[in-house]
Amino acid sequence: MDQFTLNLLVVGATFVLYIGIAIWARAGTTSEFYAAGRGVHPVVNGMATGADWMSAASFISMAGLIAFGGYDTSVYLMGWTGGYVLLAMLLAPYLRKFGKFTVPEFIGDRFYSQTARTVAVVCLIIASITYVIGQMTGVGVAFSRFLEVSNTTGLFIGAAIVFLYAVLGGMKGITYTQVAQYVVLIIAYTIPAIFISLQLTGNPIPGLGLFSTDVNSGAPILSTLNDTVEALGFKSYTGQHDTTLNMFLFTMTLMIGTAGLPHVIVRFFTVPRVADARSSAGWALVFIALLYLTAPAVGAMARLNLVKTFYPNGVDQPAVEMTAIENDQNLAWVRNWAKTGLLSFDDKNGDGRIEYNAGDGNELSVNRDIITLANPEIANLPGWVIALVAAGGLAAALSTAAGLLMAISSAVSHDLIKSQINPNISEKGELLAARISMAVAIAVATYLGLNPPGFAAQTVALAFGLAASSIFPALMMGIFSKKINNTGAVAGMLVGLTTTLVYIFLHKGWFFIPDTNTFTDANPMILSIKSTSFGVIGAVLNFATAFLVSNATKETPEDIQELVESIRVPKGAGAAVDH
Amino acid sequence: MADKSSSNAYWKANIKTIQLFLVIWFVVSFGFGILLRPMLAGIKIGGTDLGFWFAQQGSILVFLVLIFAYAARMNKLDREHGVEE
Repeated sequence: MDQFTLNLLVVGATFVLYIGIAIWARAGTTSEFYAAGRGVHPVVNGMATGADWMSAASFISMAGLIAFGGYDTSVYLMGWTGGYVLLAMLLAPYLRKFGKFTVPEFIGDRFYSQTARTVAVVCLIIASITYVIGQMTGVGVAFSRFLEVSNTTGLFIGAAIVFLYAVLGGMKGITYTQVAQYVVLIIAYTIPAIFISLQLTGNPIPGLGLFSTDVNSGAPILSTLNDTVEALGFKSYTGQHDTTLNMFLFTMTLMIGTAGLPHVIVRFFTVPRVADARSSAGWALVFIALLYLTAPAVGAMARLNLVKTFYPNGVDQPAVEMTAIENDQNLAWVRNWAKTGLLSFDDKNGDGRIEYNAGDGNELSVNRDIITLANPEIANLPGWVIALVAAGGLAAALSTAAGLLMAISSAVSHDLIKSQINPNISEKGELLAARISMAVAIAVATYLGLNPPGFAAQTVALAFGLAASSIFPALMMGIFSKKINNTGAVAGMLVGLTTTLVYIFLHKGWFFIPDTNTFTDANPMILSIKSTSFGVIGAVLNFATAFLVSNATKETPEDIQELVESIRVPKGAGAAVDH
Repeated sequence: MADKSSSNAYWKANIKTIQLFLVIWFVVSFGFGILLRPMLAGIKIGGTDLGFWFAQQGSILVFLVLIFAYAARMNKLDREHGVEE
């Protein structure tokens, strides 16, 4: 059986599984559609949160960024896990106690203002759509490779499948489907990593293999990798090349963004008790850490294998011959990825070889988003492993896209239409509005995904900045301060969101349209602060504005102060109440 | 509804716990992983230094411990202050 057929079979089988579960658990009532009737066990919820959370950014893109960025890209590893500590301590238990369905609902009630609720909906939609653009980028990469079509065609096919998939089921369908997706994605991520770690270090645990000895050179893997990339003129792998300021701000942005992303927070509304909300965050991180502890090994080992492919006899020897790339069976992956347009090579100096280095003589260009998917092929692993990774990448992208679309559609139908525009809307009408808003979000994200503002993980990082600057501060102040009032919260969110959005657009182009940017991340507007790192500054501005405005305006009413007191203690948490 | 003074004491104890845990959270990631890495450069581990390990793996392991420790501590506080569900 050839690789193409095998890919289709494995990916097809996993899809049948997900769609089967979605139909089996099809949402009937609006309560089930949004929050799965609040009967989900913390471990199951943690696993589903893991799938929801680990998207194309974590699965497809992150190891590739690590492979080329080395130590500097540790910001993704720390940033996308450390946020769970904040979630568990600062938000999840109190929001569960509050007991409503959506994030804007909390903000609207706590700040006793429909305006606050509407502003929260706007923040949520902007952050979530940016996030979906990143998913579309990843889906495009995965589909283009396994269907052997161009990246653009892959993107359109992916968009169609995401649409069908998200519209079919509600949260309940999604919760159980996401458990299945977690299982598929973690197996798909770990198996090739184990194979490769065994090949290179003899250690079956990739996370430990990263700090073990390379069986070929006899030196530790990381020092071999440093020597290898430096010999080709690249920057050392373990050294710091980004500024400390940018690394610090970037990590903080990703952490507080994690705690501000509505599709993750909403997960903690679905556990039975307040105590479960705390442990649920821990379980989610357990399942996430399984991938995140492996990812740095995948990145480092993929980089080493990539170099070895192009310098089979060592970096001090001539590079691989053009005829080998065109004919050799074990280099078929180079030809296959060249078809997608995401990898290209050109023998510029006509010496019949493809050189790979940091200088002008470089003849190879590799899109970083292909590394995880190409990894098993680069290491010459069996065909079924390659097919499994394609299935895992799609599981990651689909599960997150579905969760985000869920958050967008509930914000539009529940927080905007039902609560403000047409309170008498029927349940059927509400579900229809939810589905239409999903379709619009997918169309916008697909259009912008054609010219994405960065690699999948970088685009997703921008979404975190937006959530960090707008939603996280509002939630935190709503719980930890009784002083912040309606005007303060609205002003804070607007200032946080606007400053961050403008900073991102100045660097990535207005509305992400290429060539409309004034600055670049290589040469940013303020100090060394890249657009992906600005979210935390937006958050600080949000906090400061909210405090100043609240002090200058009318005090929070008595009943709201009591509401804040009540969400701080677990006692009395019941099932969710809709209003 | 729990009476006000016990709720207040509970909330104070919670804030104290959160502060302590956030210090640890900050030190292992932003501290060991970024700001203090040059100071830890002397401690070698698997071809690199301790700061690199904290940045890529160590901090994540500590985060895990922190969340479960917080959950356990809060369950205890819930009972002590009579505010459990």
